[in-house]
Amino acid sequence: MTAAAHPLLTHPTPDSIVAWRQGEAVTVAGFLGDVARVAAALPPGRHVLNTCGDRYRFAVGLAAGLVSGRVSLLPSTITREVVGHLRAFAPDVFCLADGNQDAFGLPCVAYPDDRRQDTAPRAIPLLPDDLPVAWLFTSGSTGMPVPHRKNWGALVRNVRAEAGLLGLTDGRRHTIVGTVPAQHSYGFESTVMVALQSGAAFAAGRPLFPADICAAIAAVPRPRALVTTPFHLRTLLDSGVAIPALDLVVSATAPLSVPLARDTEARCHAPLLEIYGATETGQIACRRSVETAEWQLFPGVELTQEDGRTWASGGHVEGKVALDDVLELAGPGRFVLHGRSADMINIAGKRSSLAYLNHQLCAVPGVTDGAFFVPDEETPDGVTRLVAVVVAPGLDATALTRALRARIEPAFLPRRVLFVAGLPRNSTGKLPAEALRTLVAAHPKRQP
Amino acid sequence: MSQITTAAIQDSPPTEAGTALQTEVAGLIVTALNLEIKPEDINPDDALFGDGLGLDSIDILEVALEVSKRYGFQLRADNEDNVRIFRSLRSLADHIAGQRTL
Repeated sequence: MTAAAHPLLTHPTPDSIVAWRQGEAVTVAGFLGDVARVAAALPPGRHVLNTCGDRYRFAVGLAAGLVSGRVSLLPSTITREVVGHLRAFAPDVFCLADGNQDAFGLPCVAYPDDRRQDTAPRAIPLLPDDLPVAWLFTSGSTGMPVPHRKNWGALVRNVRAEAGLLGLTDGRRHTIVGTVPAQHSYGFESTVMVALQSGAAFAAGRPLFPADICAAIAAVPRPRALVTTPFHLRTLLDSGVAIPALDLVVSATAPLSVPLARDTEARCHAPLLEIYGATETGQIACRRSVETAEWQLFPGVELTQEDGRTWASGGHVEGKVALDDVLELAGPGRFVLHGRSADMINIAGKRSSLAYLNHQLCAVPGVTDGAFFVPDEETPDGVTRLVAVVVAPGLDATALTRALRARIEPAFLPRRVLFVAGLPRNSTGKLPAEALRTLVAAHPKRQP
Repeated sequence: MSQITTAAIQDSPPTEAGTALQTEVAGLIVTALNLEIKPEDINPDDALFGDGLGLDSIDILEVALEVSKRYGFQLRADNEDNVRIFRSLRSLADHIAGQRTL
């Protein structure tokens, strides 16, 4: 049987623009030259931890892996703990880096930058659908990250559907400016992959501050799409900067409030589309947030509900995949999102589970018992920070936080650490959420 | 600001105005991030990232937003090197002193 195949990119000519690097266009020919050059420079290992912060270098590293039979590992964060798991998962893993990212002892190869574009004619690689592209990881419930394999065919089907829904396939050749890292599943799909598969271009930078975002937008030609998150959008709008003309704004990782969605469309003079997805399924729904609260499923994707859970299948989704969120089916291809399952945590787009975080907390030497607590959200589109309730007679907050920093992503580090003599566990050892809430409420925040 | 100027400021006793601004910025950080410490507990030369105060990129954006409102200028990251400005309370206050319009 011959497996189906799809090209690495769908741009029509060797002169088509794939990326913008500091005002300089990189063509298909230049990109393919870089891919060949970097592929030849990679060490023998078959697994690549691609930490390149520059989106262009990340994309070249990804493609160099694809054409040379190497799979990318895309953990959501890189801590000593995570690198330990990656080594166990793929002992031949090496790191491809473009900065001073600490790879915690992994063999590291510096991205071999060369700004002279080698534009010799090269065929666009055709990649089989069953080619493994990347492993993404979610936090499991036992302290072990759970790997999810992304195959080329499913990924291509997913981002082509996305490109259609976002209007990127209208022939106008958008340029995508992203504020999300290329290593995050949303950034991976919606900045790099979607551009490669829709003839669009992406900007290499990853602007952080509002003024940087505006400069990055202004530096590329229209039509322009900004791919971002509710948190970045809120800080962008609140900063009061003049936002250069946009033609599309895309947000994902957490639902936007309706006021922020309206404000975004009014200030950016562009439609705002929200995407819903999960690491396990890829992107499966979108909505125009100022018009409807209902999400529209991607073509071919279906939801079913059984055993109190929602399952996605069809379309680009391989098999039948359980979702972590609470969904209400609202008609053919539509649903309303009611929030995450109680165990799931989302802080500024970074996801984890309480079970995973609690496991990491209790694994810190000196901690005899402990649990994370999620305070009620104070403001929509804001960021909730966690509280840790800990039994650890020999530790102080600084020592505990330092130990946790080696284990979990900084976003999940506790903003408050509450030391207690014991947790209010019931007779079966469970920790009722209400008991924990009462305990935290009984320890009012110290007034600075 | 050149490195020479920065070194000169760090080597000389802090001016009254510089110290006042540091105290003010420390208060802004504590308020913006809802921290459970007193502004005067932030050592001007301790790292704001990592093992010092332990800020992350979410915090940096929150602080940057407050800085832009209070001091009337937008922070920019040179080559994404926001670490430089946010290295310490002193470096952030120095940056603000050189850029503020309010």
